Amino acid sequence: MAEDREILREIWDGRVPICFSLASDEIFTLEHPDPFFLLVPRQSYFPLATDRVQRTFLKHVDPDNHGEMWLEYESQPLKWHYPVGLLFDMYNTKGPLPWNITVHFQNFPEDELLHCPSRDAVEAHFMATVKEADSLKHRAQVINSMQKKDHKQLWTGLQNDKFDQFWTINRKLMERLGEEGFKYLPFRIHQPEKPFIQKLFKPVSDEGRLFTLADLLRETVPHIFADDTSDVLRCEVYIQGVNPPLETPVQWLSEHFSYPDNFLHIALVNPS
Amino acid sequence: MSDEGGSESADLQGGYAVTLEDQSTQLSPVSEPANSPPSSGTASPAIKLKSGKVDVLLKATGDAPIMKKKKWAVDPSKKIGWIIEFIKKYIKAEPSESVFLYVNQSFAPAPDVEVGTVYDCFGSDGKLVLHYCRTQAWG
Repeated sequence: MAEDREILREIWDGRVPICFSLASDEIFTLEHPDPFFLLVPRQSYFPLATDRVQRTFLKHVDPDNHGEMWLEYESQPLKWHYPVGLLFDMYNTKGPLPWNITVHFQNFPEDELLHCPSRDAVEAHFMATVKEADSLKHRAQVINSMQKKDHKQLWTGLQNDKFDQFWTINRKLMERLGEEGFKYLPFRIHQPEKPFIQKLFKPVSDEGRLFTLADLLRETVPHIFADDTSDVLRCEVYIQGVNPPLETPVQWLSEHFSYPDNFLHIALVNPS
Repeated sequence: MSDEGGSESADLQGGYAVTLEDQSTQLSPVSEPANSPPSSGTASPAIKLKSGKVDVLLKATGDAPIMKKKKWAVDPSKKIGWIIEFIKKYIKAEPSESVFLYVNQSFAPAPDVEVGTVYDCFGSDGKLVLHYCRTQAWG
């Protein structure tokens, strides 16, 4: 179970400084809007943070020619259904701060982004991901034994940035049900220009040995290792904004470094 | 929800062409994948099919129309959203109607996830069972 509370708190409090600017070719008014600065929680999702950005910039676009808002960084559309901290790790870990994000209301990239009709869509996606994670960890026994109000509390805790509210419920999802570890590890490995990798991986061997981050990476993305024997990598590995030591047990990482959706999101970043 | 679908597997991509592989062994009554992924091994349950495709079993839930053919061979790189669009066309849903797709009768995978990835984690007995419905069933 997640026991290092200070680490949970530290991760929860992570923020990304972001500068939002309206795409210059979509500015319709004579007066150009100022950029919009926000400190966005790493654990959150963009649609939960950008209401005011949307309202402000909507006043400056063509009222007869605009659609759903979407975000882009250096030609890369940003998926609203990924946590903000993950997107930052994937695309801007080494970039300047604040993170300069461009806001669009035209030419929605249908092939790359899902539509986000409302906050309800974010909630539905979030809860579906939590359920998927618990299917892997506990055959969904924990999430299914919870009441609707517990599910709601997870969501409102995240939405309102309330650590205690969220973790009161989430700690149950992080329990081990009398074993050494979770049945399977809910993880996703994100690489540039590729779909994420997600497979069945047991965090603890049948003999009780704790598998490490190196074990997980060697199993799922062996090509990132420079050779078969050493743990020298061709890329950098980010989880929650840090490079965890490769000998860290993945069970511990899952309990402490997962995002609120209960997945361990691992970003592989090419060395600059 | 208890019926196991047609006796042939059709290719989702190739204009419903029936594939040549003998699917009979996979049509024996399977217990529901329950609320869990397969229980053995760290390896993926993906019994790699000769065709390189994933067998997907589509089951109707609620008032969703049943599909005559339920078992389809799908390219693993196709997205979940592509299957949703396919079902909508097949059951002749109105453009305004929604179709929701569930794994393990529990969670809805994101439309941009690859079918092969869902299969790797939640497939069993060589196939991936997906339930579809017209309203959110397991919200």
